[in-house]
Amino acid sequence: MTMMHTLSTTNPTDIGAVARLLTEDGTRVVDPLLEPWSAGIDDGTLRGLYRDMALTRRIDAEGVALQRQGQLGLWAPAQGQEAAQIGTVRACRPDDAVFPSYREHGVLFARGARPADLVLSWRGEVASTFDPNELHVATPQIIIGAQSLHAVGYAMGVQRDGGDQVAVAYFGDGATSQGDVNEAMVFASSFGAPVVFVCSNNHWAISEPVSVQARHPIAGRAPGFGIPSVRVDGNDVIACTAAMRWALDHARGGHGPAFIEAVTYRMGPHTTSDDPTRYRSADEVEAWRRRDPLTRLEAHLRARGAYDDAFAAEVEREADAFAAEMRAAAIGAVPADPITVLDHVYATPHTGLAAQRARFGAYLASFEGV
Amino acid sequence: MAALTMGKALTAALRRSLADDDRVLIMGEDVGTLGGVFRITDGLQAEFGPQRVIDTPLAESGIVGTAVGLAMRGFRPVVEIQFDGFVYPAFDQIVCQVAKMHYRTRGRVRMPLTIRMPWAGGVGAAEHHSESPEAYFAHTAGLRVVAVSNPADAYTMLRQAIACDDPVVFFEPKRLYHSAGEVDLDADIADAAPMGVARVVREGTDVTVLAYGSQVHVAMDAAIAAEDEGVSLEVIDLRSLSPVDYRTVTASVRKTGRVVVTHEAPREAGLGAELIASVTELCFHHLEAPPLRVTGHDIPYPPAKLEKHHIPDLDRLLDAVDHVQGRPSSHSAAGVTS
Repeated sequence: MTMMHTLSTTNPTDIGAVARLLTEDGTRVVDPLLEPWSAGIDDGTLRGLYRDMALTRRIDAEGVALQRQGQLGLWAPAQGQEAAQIGTVRACRPDDAVFPSYREHGVLFARGARPADLVLSWRGEVASTFDPNELHVATPQIIIGAQSLHAVGYAMGVQRDGGDQVAVAYFGDGATSQGDVNEAMVFASSFGAPVVFVCSNNHWAISEPVSVQARHPIAGRAPGFGIPSVRVDGNDVIACTAAMRWALDHARGGHGPAFIEAVTYRMGPHTTSDDPTRYRSADEVEAWRRRDPLTRLEAHLRARGAYDDAFAAEVEREADAFAAEMRAAAIGAVPADPITVLDHVYATPHTGLAAQRARFGAYLASFEGV
Repeated sequence: MAALTMGKALTAALRRSLADDDRVLIMGEDVGTLGGVFRITDGLQAEFGPQRVIDTPLAESGIVGTAVGLAMRGFRPVVEIQFDGFVYPAFDQIVCQVAKMHYRTRGRVRMPLTIRMPWAGGVGAAEHHSESPEAYFAHTAGLRVVAVSNPADAYTMLRQAIACDDPVVFFEPKRLYHSAGEVDLDADIADAAPMGVARVVREGTDVTVLAYGSQVHVAMDAAIAAEDEGVSLEVIDLRSLSPVDYRTVTASVRKTGRVVVTHEAPREAGLGAELIASVTELCFHHLEAPPLRVTGHDIPYPPAKLEKHHIPDLDRLLDAVDHVQGRPSSHSAAGVTS
């Protein structure tokens, strides 16, 4: 088994002990394990990744703003995690199946979700928006870690179909405490399922620090399941891309599951209902601001002469347009017909629900013409 | 027609479903080489291979959760939960994922899972091996829940469940696994009674008894005993617990005017309460007496040597029949309290 395991520390919060290709000031460095997987990441690729990350940040800012203005019921901010999301998901093939959690706005965007797809469920208009079969993305999961099992099951299906798709499960550090994530690793390992686990270790599960979830680095668990893993700088989009290329190649090549711990940070609250000032220090947040994934890549691109005002303006225009569409979709949302609350509960008629539909329909009809 | 035990009928249904549709998979603990602890999957792995009949790790949430992913990929997993009381670790995946996926995705993702469970008591088993969790699942929108009472139904309803595009929780009364009956192995499921339809297993005129699973047999025994006393019981096997076939139920209650529900599960917030509430709404002016429940007690499932005091038996059922007829009980001094 290819064991790609970066664990030079026993401290789960030691952010120095990660595989990294881009330092905090944007200097390209060499990592012997990741380097081979970064081949061909040229300026064009990097500009594309920067654009995706910038749009993700703008999507996130708009989501927060819309929630603050009362247009959305809730939003789960992703600021700071753009590299972990974009770097990994952009390495996937379009037909790889992605199983995200509720915070993976960048993943949804990169897979082709439209502006309305990102707001209508948070607004409470619909349970989900996009078609999972079209984007090969499952509806973002709120139950912590549940999707990891779905990804493994999907990957077991790929094995039975003789396909070469990989299933990707995204979850946070808190999810690694869940039984489902551990059961997912058992199933994936035992069956050699082509699945990649991407753990975004953003240091906080609502108010609980990662040290409550883990006494040792999270990436260290996977080898115990027989799953090779890498602990990567989650704010370094090049490292995230390289790590994901390795993991996908491993899984697609019939070698079974792989595990990535992307060490990153949630800059904002857990959700717009949360108050992180109650449980973490401003100093900690500021320290992470200096590791910002966008600033870092921008510095790198500037040093290479691949970032100029025209590019910045173009990205900003695109981001603004996407955000404006989100806003328009939220504000212009038309509440569904009341009877539709009863739609799609079953694929085939259920007489009990049919009776309720008849009664509720008659009740609604009694208001017509009043 | 062939005389088969319920266990063999279920095996035949699984074999037929695996043969008819290569997207059908069986998964669970010990379902492969061993053939399941009750041997319901006996021989199927040898016949269809380990890619179709999958011995899983011992993790119930993992079994159901991976089945969700397999269904998303277009398979039709048939999951075996080894015992009723072992389903609780999988409860989250069943109620939050299996039940809601179709609704959540507005019909774009189907969950054609069948979740089979050896179910309920009466076999002298250890703790956690005799539970009746059906109300939890019948209470959950998005699931269909069925309970079989005889080999013929076991054969057809399991095939119907596997063919159904909705998730089905499929209860198999373990104390009936060895009971035999005639099964038409060549039957077309399209010609059989639909899974959601109840069956009047014995016609009668005085009291309607609603039962399912092994309690159907208790009700039939009670009907024979009551006949000796000049009382005519109509026994209905509900077969489906979600949806309940209220067309059949209300037709009977309108005829008899009296109804008794019997189940092994505890009484409080159980299916009996739901059935009686609905019957009362639908048939109030036809009722001659308050409907009664005969159920398990509101206790954790008791030790095996005491379970006969928990599971409703013929005497407790006849006692309730006496009460709904307005007669002092001739069967029990304790009266109807549970």
